[in-house]
Amino acid sequence: MAKEYSYYPGCSSQKGASSSNQLRSTQAICDVLGIQLNEIPDWNCCSASIGYAGGGELPRLALSARNIALSEKHHPNQDVVATCAACWLATRETNDRLAESKELFAETNEALKEAGLVFNGQKKVRHMVEVLIEDIGFEEMGSHVKKPLEGIKIAGYVGCQTNRPFGINGESFENPMYLDKMVEAMGADSIPDYDKKVACCGGALMFSEPEKSQALVKEILESAHDSGADMIVTPCPVCQMNTEVYQDAINAKYGTKFNMPSVYYSTLMSVAYGQTTEQAALSGQVIRATKLEEIANK
Amino acid sequence: MKYRNNFLREVEANVEEGEWVKRCMQCGVCAGSCPLGPHWEHPPQEIFMMIRAGKREEVLSSDSMWMCTSCYNCIARCPRELPITHIMHGLAHYATRLGLVPENQQTNKFAQKFWDNLSKKGRVNELKLGLSLYFMNGFMEGIKTSLKMQKIGLGMWKTKRMDPMEILGGHGCEDTSGLQAMLKKASEIEAAKKVKV
Repeated sequence: MAKEYSYYPGCSSQKGASSSNQLRSTQAICDVLGIQLNEIPDWNCCSASIGYAGGGELPRLALSARNIALSEKHHPNQDVVATCAACWLATRETNDRLAESKELFAETNEALKEAGLVFNGQKKVRHMVEVLIEDIGFEEMGSHVKKPLEGIKIAGYVGCQTNRPFGINGESFENPMYLDKMVEAMGADSIPDYDKKVACCGGALMFSEPEKSQALVKEILESAHDSGADMIVTPCPVCQMNTEVYQDAINAKYGTKFNMPSVYYSTLMSVAYGQTTEQAALSGQVIRATKLEEIANK
Repeated sequence: MKYRNNFLREVEANVEEGEWVKRCMQCGVCAGSCPLGPHWEHPPQEIFMMIRAGKREEVLSSDSMWMCTSCYNCIARCPRELPITHIMHGLAHYATRLGLVPENQQTNKFAQKFWDNLSKKGRVNELKLGLSLYFMNGFMEGIKTSLKMQKIGLGMWKTKRMDPMEILGGHGCEDTSGLQAMLKKASEIEAAKKVKV
């Protein structure tokens, strides 16, 4: 029996969008692990953590409440699961805040009525990584490995919003270990003391403050390089994009020579699980992960 | 009408999580933990003290809260557990409502475009958002930025992480009218609660 979840994919995972490769590789590992993701019908954007100029507190809460209400209606008894850090954060924050405040709960429901929906607050909102760690476990994750990622050294870049303010149960904010454990479970070498593990990549400010944000990414890449990493792995769509696609711009500005692949944990796991380069979404790498391609094509 | 109006009361009433402001103990851990710390004209603890000191114009027309990357480091470390990230978003939103944001503030412009983009169809259209962002500082600036970003765009297109066809419409919710009615209602409820200054 597959484990079923009410899945909130988020805008950037849609076809032809910036983290569509994360969705593809996530699907691939879920097939192996017996996880069934049921997409929340007609879900909407969570407004991420940048919608606040135009969107007030209540409109933003209403957006996430609508997604949870749709999940309650269509997928009762299934936890809401998101793969995107910002989607998870906004949805869980809304769930928590409406549980704490009767006033916000009532006001949000008044707004939701306009969309013909009701928020009851009966859902748990979880990150995909929580599902993997808590419902599957490191041991089982490792047991499906067909092609161990031997000899590859990987910097586990957790970033911000998968880690703060909620994080993963039992992990510290300053040095969470789960991503390193996942890397090890796939047969690769982790870098547990990677010192930019939970540093910020600038997030959405990469668009509005590119120079300040690229300076942050440069440090994340430098630290990975100096730790001997062959590649970076991350759970977050914004972290992935920011650490990958601006390397040319950073090289031009700082005279560095970065050419460091940055992959999703789901891509890493798909390759270790013996799936094709297509399933692992390796074609979605702007900086190709040649070491993973070699293993996948073996 | 009330006699004892002051800026702290205004923030408590009108800004998201504003009731936490007075609990700041001025330790500065937030400033030291912020990835863009050096770029804040007034770091969070200073903003909190300025609110208590009644420096309304200086706070709301400040560039500072627009430096927040939403990394939540300040929240994770604040010994008084202030939801600093949310207060900064709240101040930024309030300054926008009042028209006090410094002219040409880039994150304000982007954040507004993001909201406009998502509230149209319920989902973000990355292509349109990206293009509107390149051109937000005028046509010539837009051409320059587009050329600068050409290589990145090409990389995203080749890897199927950008779809030029999205310009024709693209992804969206089915129930856009319900979604928009919901957002309108939420804005109305919120506006009705704001205390007039």
